[in-house]
Amino acid sequence: MDLIELHDIWKIYRLGDLDVPVLKGISLSIGQRETVSLMGVSGSGKSTLMNILGCLDHPTSGQYLLEGRDVTKLSVNQRAELRNRKIGFVFQNFNLLARTSALDNVILPLEYHHNHISRNDSLDRAKMLLDRVGLKDRMHHHPSQLSGGQQQRVAIARALINQPSILFADEPTGNLDSRTSGEILEMFQQLNAEDGITILLVTHDPDVAHHARRVIHIRDGCVDGDLVGHATDARGGERT
Amino acid sequence: MKLLRLVRTAIRALRRNITRALLTMLGIVIGIAAVIAMMEIGQGASTAIQRTISSMGSNTLLVMPGAQRSGGISMGAGSNVTLTDSDCEAIVRECPDVRQAAVIVRANSQVIYGNRNYYPNSIYGTDPDYLDVRDWQNLAEGDTFNDRDVRSGAKVCLIGQTIKRELFQGESPVGKEIRIRNVTFRVVGVLSSKGANLMGMDQDDIILAPWTTIRYRISNQRSSSSSSSSSSSSSSSGNSVNTLSNLYPSTGIVLYPEKSAVQQANNPMPVRFANVDQIILAARSADSIRSAMSQITELLRERHRLAADDDDDFQIRDMTELTNTLSSTSRLMTRLLLFVALISLIVGGVGIMNIMLVSVTERTREIGLRMAVGARTYDILLQFLIEAVILCLLGGLIGIALGRGASEIVALTLKWPTQISVEAIVTSVFVACVVGMVFGFYPAWRASRLDPIEALRYE
Repeated sequence: MDLIELHDIWKIYRLGDLDVPVLKGISLSIGQRETVSLMGVSGSGKSTLMNILGCLDHPTSGQYLLEGRDVTKLSVNQRAELRNRKIGFVFQNFNLLARTSALDNVILPLEYHHNHISRNDSLDRAKMLLDRVGLKDRMHHHPSQLSGGQQQRVAIARALINQPSILFADEPTGNLDSRTSGEILEMFQQLNAEDGITILLVTHDPDVAHHARRVIHIRDGCVDGDLVGHATDARGGERT
Repeated sequence: MKLLRLVRTAIRALRRNITRALLTMLGIVIGIAAVIAMMEIGQGASTAIQRTISSMGSNTLLVMPGAQRSGGISMGAGSNVTLTDSDCEAIVRECPDVRQAAVIVRANSQVIYGNRNYYPNSIYGTDPDYLDVRDWQNLAEGDTFNDRDVRSGAKVCLIGQTIKRELFQGESPVGKEIRIRNVTFRVVGVLSSKGANLMGMDQDDIILAPWTTIRYRISNQRSSSSSSSSSSSSSSSGNSVNTLSNLYPSTGIVLYPEKSAVQQANNPMPVRFANVDQIILAARSADSIRSAMSQITELLRERHRLAADDDDDFQIRDMTELTNTLSSTSRLMTRLLLFVALISLIVGGVGIMNIMLVSVTERTREIGLRMAVGARTYDILLQFLIEAVILCLLGGLIGIALGRGASEIVALTLKWPTQISVEAIVTSVFVACVVGMVFGFYPAWRASRLDPIEALRYE
């Protein structure tokens, strides 16, 4: 069973009397432990697709199965719960809470966990993750005291705290210099290799996209190309 | 548990921007401080007003003998001779709502000092408690007569300011002797000035003397007809000296031939009871007037051995007009204070709503992020609501402290009798919570309705 299955996803926005289709019947599937890049110029619909995949938005029509479960029918709050348990987000602008320590930023998703986790357990988990992203000595720093790369690491630790099965990274390196970008992307690959977390990168930068084994091109709301790159895994292959 | 977690989240969120939190609180702080200060200062003012009004006699009750009926004809109030000084003592002893009581025996006569004379409005025979009942303890000069003077029927008196002016012309009256119906009274004290009462009667036009002295030495018409013991030699000799009394028919009809001094010494008339004209008494407070009246009625009916279907042989007068003034004044004050309090709290609440709305806009990204990592709509709603309530509560506490401080300062500088109003404190904390919820709800609701995608993209 694939982790993500999309069947004929349409997303149509209404602007006044005009129907603007942004996604025009996208079908694709992403398996466990894959690393996928979603590429496309701005306006191609890749952000919309990413929002739908991230359960932030729901499609106008079509079917979206996440771990075999149809999520298009879920209510707003059910989707929130799903995001909390299954999905980690990494954003271009990090989206860390200002004037809040790295540690507190990392445990933020646990506040909304359906099973209450004691503060001590939360902190232990957060410390472990910060250690893992290499910020052991920066745990009590506020975002303003951290560099861009460090902030993004905090954001990654936050995305990992609920042990999600998939990590969505929306232009994760857009605000970083090339060296730090490389480090962050390496970290994604490491997470994929060691923890088996599915990574989905959304980017318009081909260099970034090629860190993933599979690159999906989106153009005008359609899948334009689906290439499995040089490091082809067992499931590779062209699917359009 | 869940609530605790939400409260902690809210506090952490508030701590993130202390300045904003303080600014938000400011409205409520000022509102609650104003409420507390207003309530305490206002209550102090209202107490002061009540005290002033009650010094005018609002708590005063007057017990008069009832009307005697003779062949179906009412002889008018006070014609019955039923009240005694032991009634008065019993009232003080047995009615818990009566603070103090004093008997009154009235007389009307000319007063003479040296070559001057004056006809005072009232000559009251009473006991020292009268001054307490009338709230008149501070004398201008001298001292009051005491219980021993009452028991022995001493010829001493207190005079009012008007009497002093009319008779003494700047001299100090203390120690001087005045004559009332040819009985000499030594002036032991001068009352302080009280001015006119509500009916325009001069309250300083008064002479107070032990009631026994007035009863037995200065008899007036009614007492002489009802109680023969009071017809004393001094009064009859007074009549014979005053030649003017021959011009007018004598007010007292003498039914029996007058006794000579020897006869009287031989056969002293036993005093059946020492009846008094009125009993004046003070209730403990304006609120206890009603209960005091019913206690007195019950007691006097029992003491006068009235059967269940007999009419009262006495009547109790209260100062209804004054009492009504008093209660309507305090009601007015309370309403005024409530109104002011309400306005300031609404202003504070609107302030909260304003800054919460700004805060929601400013924190759109945070809200988007929280939603992205799994916050449900009611998590966001509750977080902002709890933030608002915490702000209001904190603001309320600070406001209480400030308000208390302000009222203490007023108490110290203006010498107003401010009172701690527990009621106001409890109410304002409660109202602060309600204001927080009511005015925090709309911003919180707005926050919870945000679309996470839009919110995350918000710059």
